[in-house]
Amino acid sequence: MIIAQSQFVKSVDFAFFFIIAVSVFFLVLITGLMIFFVIKYNRKRNPHAKNIHGNTGLEILWTVVPTILVLFMFYFGWTGYKEMSSIPEDSMTVNVTAQMWKFSFKYDNGKTSDTLFVPVNKPVKVNLSSLDVNHAFYIPAFRLKKDVIPGRQNTAWFTATEISSHPIFCAEYCGLNHSYMYTEVVVLSESDFNVWVNRGVPNIINAVDKK
Amino acid sequence: MSTLVSNISNNGHTNYLDYKGKHDGLKGWIFSTDHKRIGILYLIALLSFFAVGVSFGFLIRLELLTIGKTIVEPQTYNAFFTLHGVIMIFLFVIPGLPAVFGNFFLPIMIGAKDVAFPRINLLSWWLYIVGGIMVIISILLPGGPADTGWTFYIPYSVRTGTNVIFTGLAAFILGFSSILTGINFVTTIHRLRAPGMGWFKMPLFSWALYATAWIQVLATPIIGITLLLIVVERVLGVGLFDPALGGDPILYQHLFWIYSHPAVYIMIVPAMGVVSEIIPVFARRTIFGYKFIAFSSIAIALLGSLVWAHHMFSSGMSSTAQFVFSLLTFLVAIPSAIKVFNWTATLYKGSIQLDPPMLYALAFIFLFSIGGLTGVVQGALSVDIHLTDTSFIVAHFHYVMFGGTGFGIFAALHYWLPKMFGRMYNKKLAKVGFWFLFVGFNTLYFPLFVMGWLGMPRRYYDYLPEYSIYHQISTVGSWILILGLIFIYYNLIRSLISGQKINDKNIWGGETLEWQIESPPIHDNFHEIPKVTSGPYEYKMNDEELEKEVK
Ligand SMILES: [Cu+2]
Ligand SMILES: [Cu+2]
Repeated sequence: MIIAQSQFVKSVDFAFFFIIAVSVFFLVLITGLMIFFVIKYNRKRNPHAKNIHGNTGLEILWTVVPTILVLFMFYFGWTGYKEMSSIPEDSMTVNVTAQMWKFSFKYDNGKTSDTLFVPVNKPVKVNLSSLDVNHAFYIPAFRLKKDVIPGRQNTAWFTATEISSHPIFCAEYCGLNHSYMYTEVVVLSESDFNVWVNRGVPNIINAVDKK
Repeated sequence: MSTLVSNISNNGHTNYLDYKGKHDGLKGWIFSTDHKRIGILYLIALLSFFAVGVSFGFLIRLELLTIGKTIVEPQTYNAFFTLHGVIMIFLFVIPGLPAVFGNFFLPIMIGAKDVAFPRINLLSWWLYIVGGIMVIISILLPGGPADTGWTFYIPYSVRTGTNVIFTGLAAFILGFSSILTGINFVTTIHRLRAPGMGWFKMPLFSWALYATAWIQVLATPIIGITLLLIVVERVLGVGLFDPALGGDPILYQHLFWIYSHPAVYIMIVPAMGVVSEIIPVFARRTIFGYKFIAFSSIAIALLGSLVWAHHMFSSGMSSTAQFVFSLLTFLVAIPSAIKVFNWTATLYKGSIQLDPPMLYALAFIFLFSIGGLTGVVQGALSVDIHLTDTSFIVAHFHYVMFGGTGFGIFAALHYWLPKMFGRMYNKKLAKVGFWFLFVGFNTLYFPLFVMGWLGMPRRYYDYLPEYSIYHQISTVGSWILILGLIFIYYNLIRSLISGQKINDKNIWGGETLEWQIESPPIHDNFHEIPKVTSGPYEYKMNDEELEKEVK
């Protein structure tokens, strides 16, 4: 959890925990006040209420303060998102095909796989296409998700930062075996990846690649 | 005709439950145009559909108790969550407060004898029943119940062999019921307020219904048009949504959410209205910031129409669209926050009695705050990318829709049922039921936040072992919650049959008009249409008390 598995994790988690912290503060404040008032101004203890029609100063305060806070939240979310949507030029490309109910991956040299192997610390761009209905390509550990929609090609990217492996889920409901549309991303060292990606690939492509 | 009129005016002063109009017996109910009887008809239907929806929810949670198959196969599970969603949203939460308590109390609260169009009101109940029956029939027809989720996303919904069209048609009809109720309420509020009942003397529940009614009228036709476009596509082969015909599935998502996001406010705003009624009554003082609460309902209705695409942040929209929709989503949180602050401030220096309606209202504030704040979490673009379509969303909207609207409905039931039937429930049992519901609710839904953040996708029949513990806690929560519901149903239904009769018009010490009339009300509501001279929560006795103390 604490180790950042992709370059998005830091900014997403920061935005998330910032909003959670603000939320917990307000929730505790509101709940605490409610409980305090209910006890202090209980009818037995306080048989006569006092009418207070409102207070413009307070209304302004509790409109302006949350507005400023949400603008910060918006900003953190937006900057994180901008990073997600700007794909680096030097990314390695993997074509991802989604269908009921599996993902398959195809590399530039023609290699195909049901598991996504990627090199560590190298930006990977995924081209997402669907053969049938809507799916979504989701790697929770990388904070990465993108819908896979038939008739249009969505793209996403990530840089895996640790040698490890993680689940890939389909996150958009796609029928009977939606929950079994599951595979893994395996992050390898650069050299291990190069060995893997060239293994069993027809020689011609291999030769081209070696040049 | 003239004899009929005199006949009705003769017994307009009898209690509406005993009133005899054109028809007797069952017909006297299902063909009645009395807004109170229609409210009761809705109530019976609504609580029945709720029980069905809860049963499906129970089965979903039971299936998820263990990894792999627990009770049913995936196809059945997929039908369970679709039916749970369709029934809860279209048959329970959307009609919920407006159809039952709006019908019954809106005319009374503004000093009217009935809604503006009583016959259309009856028609909208019939449409609701027809739609509801169609949903139930779709379960039994060959092909089997829809398995698309309540969102009916294309292209899956046109590929599946299940009864999607039939269920969609049901939603279409239910939409009309909702539009008619909306038109009726807007007109009623504009035209039928009693003498002296200015806009700012209206109870806040009426304000909430007014804002809601506008959303119903303006947003619901879009879902109707969308469903018609699907028919056009299927029958005429015009490619609109299905990529196989050259259409765009994203266009469907836009149209769906242009309605369905505002629909969220159709669901929650009336519950906010209920809370705004209950808090001042049980704190026995004026409400804090009346106008801010009233206008924040309108602000929610306006802003809430412009945020729909926040359901689609992962779909690949342009960056500009993402920017605008995220920003507006954050801003729509502000009017809700204003309400929460004003309600809390209303407790200050009150004289608070924790009767069952007040317990529900305070629980509403707590649960709705969690639901609202976790909505704010998802407004942040980068965070939403991670959280969308996980169980975090499921938890968020159950906190808003059940913790908010659901608790609002139970608050309303405990607040107004004694007025509607003239009989009181057992308060102790009501509190026991409340605590079971509250504890069960949080045990059921809170773990979904945690596992959603950890990556558990929604609408999953099966899951990885690391999510087991959260699923198990959640399922146990569902049992506690249902136990609470059984207590509540038992207590309320028993009270209607053998509850203590109440002679007091005003059991809670409310100052709105429904507390000045008989329990149960007479057919005409008022013996004489009241002249309104003061606002809804003045509690002048507090000021008099204060003067005495000063002397
Ligand atoms: Cu899928
Ligand atoms: Cu929404």
